[in-house]
Parts: sequence; structure tokens; C-alpha cells
Amino acid sequence: MESDLKSLGDAVAAALPGAVANATVAYGELTLEVPVERWVETMTHLRDAPDCLFINFTDLCGVDYPQREKRFDVVVHLLSPRHNRRIRVKTQTDEATPVPSLTGVWKGAGWYEREAYDLLGIVFSGHPDLRRILTDYGFDGHPLRKDFPMTGYVELWYDDEQKRCVYKPVALSQEFRTFDFLSPWEGPDYVLPGDEKATKG
Amino acid sequence: MTEHQNLRNFTINFGPQHPATHGVLRLVIELDGEVVERVDPHIGLLHRGTEKLMEARTYLQNIPYFDRLDYWAPMNQEHAFCLATEKLLGIEVPRRGQLIRVLYCEIGRLLSHLLAVCALTADVGALTPQLWGYEEREKLMAFYERACGARVHANYFRFGGVARDIPDQLVEDIGKFCDPFLKVLDDLDTLVLGNRIFKQRNVDIAVVTAEDAWARGFSGVMVRGSGIPWDLRKAQPYECYEEMEFDVPVGKNGDCYDRCIIRQEEMRQSVRIIRQCVDKLMVEGGRGPVQTPNHKFTQPKRGDMKRSMESLIHHFKLFTEGFKTPPGEVYAAVEAPKGEFGVYLVSDGGDKPYRAHIRAPGFNHLQAIDDLSRKHMLADMTAIISTFDIVFGDVDR
Repeated sequence: MESDLKSLGDAVAAALPGAVANATVAYGELTLEVPVERWVETMTHLRDAPDCLFINFTDLCGVDYPQREKRFDVVVHLLSPRHNRRIRVKTQTDEATPVPSLTGVWKGAGWYEREAYDLLGIVFSGHPDLRRILTDYGFDGHPLRKDFPMTGYVELWYDDEQKRCVYKPVALSQEFRTFDFLSPWEGPDYVLPGDEKATKG
Repeated sequence: MTEHQNLRNFTINFGPQHPATHGVLRLVIELDGEVVERVDPHIGLLHRGTEKLMEARTYLQNIPYFDRLDYWAPMNQEHAFCLATEKLLGIEVPRRGQLIRVLYCEIGRLLSHLLAVCALTADVGALTPQLWGYEEREKLMAFYERACGARVHANYFRFGGVARDIPDQLVEDIGKFCDPFLKVLDDLDTLVLGNRIFKQRNVDIAVVTAEDAWARGFSGVMVRGSGIPWDLRKAQPYECYEEMEFDVPVGKNGDCYDRCIIRQEEMRQSVRIIRQCVDKLMVEGGRGPVQTPNHKFTQPKRGDMKRSMESLIHHFKLFTEGFKTPPGEVYAAVEAPKGEFGVYLVSDGGDKPYRAHIRAPGFNHLQAIDDLSRKHMLADMTAIISTFDIVFGDVDR
């Protein structure tokens, strides 16, 4: 199974020179990393090539890594019913660089791209209808970004004087409590409060 | 009549508070007379930000969110999340745990398909079958309650098994439920499926071709209705589905009627699987632990905690910081009643998912409603929404 996937990754890389930056097999799943310029070309190949035939568009989502220069990953999962295989294809982008839309390759990509645009602010070029989809009408911001607080900025209240629902800044009677349970010797690398001088010296 | 009448299409709002939308769907429909010209679905009215919430909670704290996605069949969703996390951790489920999981997933399938078939009949104008369906659903939810204490929001699956064992009496009762239930299905067949009006409302409505179904990312009944024998339980078996005997019903025409018939037949197949699970659970090979004994990931027994210091430490660690997962990303999918329900997890090595994406089958299906309902009558919209089997918990997440 693993070697099967590995050889599939190699075959795709050989068929499209320069398009596959990296092909890895981990947890029994094949991941291809593709530069954004070759995105649609690679996807069309994966759909049509006889050894791929990934005709089922399963999933598209974005992942945010704010510390990276190109902060977003766009991750697509595909399924080939003929070969009974799955594949994951990734590309990197930032807030400004648009990713070419896959709506021309699979019809099912439309809403997923809208979702990635809505929740993360990834822009897709050539999308026929790039509107917000899950958040409220007139929502501001992209909630799945790591710099967006989990509690959000506004909350909805019914205003008895105006006789309608209004947005107000979010007011919590108790802060959301996150505890850092990770042990200092295996968790993230940061300076404990009071230890600043010790590490500087 | 003047010759130069200013004709324009009529636009109406369908929902969000319409019972036939199966939740909170707002459709902006452009009509030419009674013919649908364009449909713009507005979703997200039930968006609760599950994926964002999951990033701030440990893996164990995230299981209850999955009950609240597709609330017609809660445990099937938990199953996908547990499979994904188990893939990351590399832990196995003991046999009795697998059997109980499969048993309850099939009960979930019955719960969902019963409501789907019976709500469809209600949406096209027949009220009796829905009440019959709810009666059976109540019995099934009692089985949920006897296993986990809750009728709907079960929170029963755990990483490496299920939360607690089920008594033999419950297994027997589930076995006894099967025969009378098949009788109810037969009654539903004679009452509804052969009915002339029911056929008029469903045959040749919203026909999906096989290529179209794949390209749109359909799964489950929506591809099987178009004649494709694709079922993840057969194609990529997980748990102990490999040893279960069941058939995969497929349709011929890909219309609403075929999809309804398939659901009806799948319920019979689910009953077959439930029977096999019951038999296997009652014999010696089906006894044993329901959770993997690795207490780095699963809760130690309450009795052990009174005597063993190590168990007490495991318990404390599990319910405060949780467990850490190795870094990496996994995708795991199950054949949920509505189609392929998948969970994509990205782990950075911490005790919370760095990113979790929920691939809901209804999202793909609802997306196609614009193209598939064009040139149909307004009254067909209810049948289309209903056989797409959409529930807003998982479309909106």
C-alpha cells in the first residue's frame, strides 16, 4: 500500500516535471506539494491521467500558519473510485496571492473555495461567485485565522428599544480560560514570566 | 392585453423558517411562473464555528461537538473523529469495541434513513408515515439512551473503543427489535413507495448522472442512486465491516424516487448487520474489553483508581491536559448515512488539534441544488431538498 502510493507520487512528479515540489507518504496517505502556478495543471492531470483518475472531489480547506511568509496552506483531498485511492494535494499562498480556482476542474469545488475565502481570507481567481458563505451577512474578518480570537469581537443581542437584533462588542463575564498543560521540557519554546533575564544572560 | 408587457421573473424567499427545508436553509428562488429558474441557497444560519472551537479544546473535549453536526445520526460522526485520531495515535480498538461501534453506527443509519424517508413523504403530502417513523426512532433512541445515557447527543465513542460496555440484556433487546422493525418497513413500502401520487412527485425529479455525481463530490446514497456501487464500508472497510455480510443497493435512474428506494433497502441491510453484530456480541469471541488497555489514551477503571496510583495519575493527566498526538496530518472518512463524512486533522504535536476540517456530505449535495432544480416546478423543491438528505448541523458546522 505504502509503496503503491509512493510510486504514484513518483509517477505524477515524472509526468509533470517541476510541478511536484514534494511527495510524502505518512500515516498511509500520500501528500503532494504543488506550487501555486502549476495548481490547475496538476489537478487536471490528477483527474484525467489513467493512473490517477481522481474524479471525485472530496474536500478543500485552508490551514493557517501565521509565522510563515506564505501563511496559508490550501489542502485538497481527492478520491479515485477506479483505483480506490485517496490523495492529498497542498499549495502555499499568502493573503494577497490568489489561488487559481478549481471550479473548472470539478464542479464541487465552488462552495469549498467560498468557505476557505470566508473563514480564512484565501482569494481564488477565476471563481464565478466568490462570496462569503458560512458567516453572517456583513460579517467582518476571517474567523479561522489564528490571530482571530475564539470568542470573536461582536455578539448579537436583541435590542428592546430598536425592536431588532443588534451587534455589540463581546463582553464576557469571565475570560475564556486556556491552561497551558504542556510540560516546560516538552511543550512550546517560550520564556517563563520572570525568567527573561536568566535567558538573556 | 398590451403587447409590450414588462415581464420579469418573480423572486421568492424559501425559508429559513420553513419546515420542508429540514432546518435553517434560506433559498432565494427565481421563478418564471411556477418553474424554477435559479436557486441561490444561503447557508450558515446554524454556523457555530465547530472547527474554531475544536482548535481550543483537547481531543477528548471535542467528541461532543460531533454529535451536534448531523444530529440525525450522532454516533456516526463521532466515529469519523475517533478513527482520525486513532490513525494519528496508532492505536487499535479491541474486537468487542469494534462490534459495539458497528452496531451503533447501523442504528444511527436507521435513525437517519427513517427520518429521511418519512420526512420525504411528509414533504410531498403524506403525513401518516412520518408518525410511524418517529415511533421506531423513539425505540432506537431508547437503545442510545441505554448505552450512553442520552437519547441524541451520545458522546459515547472514545479513542480506542467506546466509553463503557453494554449489558447483554440491551444486546438481546436490540436483537428483538429487528423482526418487528422489518414489518414496519414492509408496511411503509406498501403504504408509500407504490403510491401513485408519491411516484408522481418523485420519479424523474432532479436526475443526477454518474459523472456529474463524482465531479460534484457526491457520496453515499447520492452516488448509489446514479447506479454506482460505491460504499466505503465495502470499498475501504474500517472496523469489522469486512466480516459483515450485506449488500449495497444501487439505483438506475438517479432520481428522487431511486434515492428513496435505496434508503429503504439500506435500512434492511442495516438490520442484517445489526443481527450479525448481536450474534457476534453474544458468543465468546465477542466478549472482552471495549477499550484499548493503553491508559495513556483511555480512561482507567474507576475501581483501579482507588487502588493504583498509576491509574489515578493517568486519569488526572487525561482529563486535564489530555494526550499529545504526534505531529502530522490525517484524513479519515466513514460511510455516514448521508454519505462520506470525513475529518481532516492537522496536529502540531500538542494536545489540541492545530486545525480540524470537517467534510460534511450535505455540503456537497446542497451545492448542486441550483443546477439540479432548474426547470423543475416550485413544488418539487421540497422533494429535492428532502432526498438530498440535508441536515444543517453538518452543512453549516
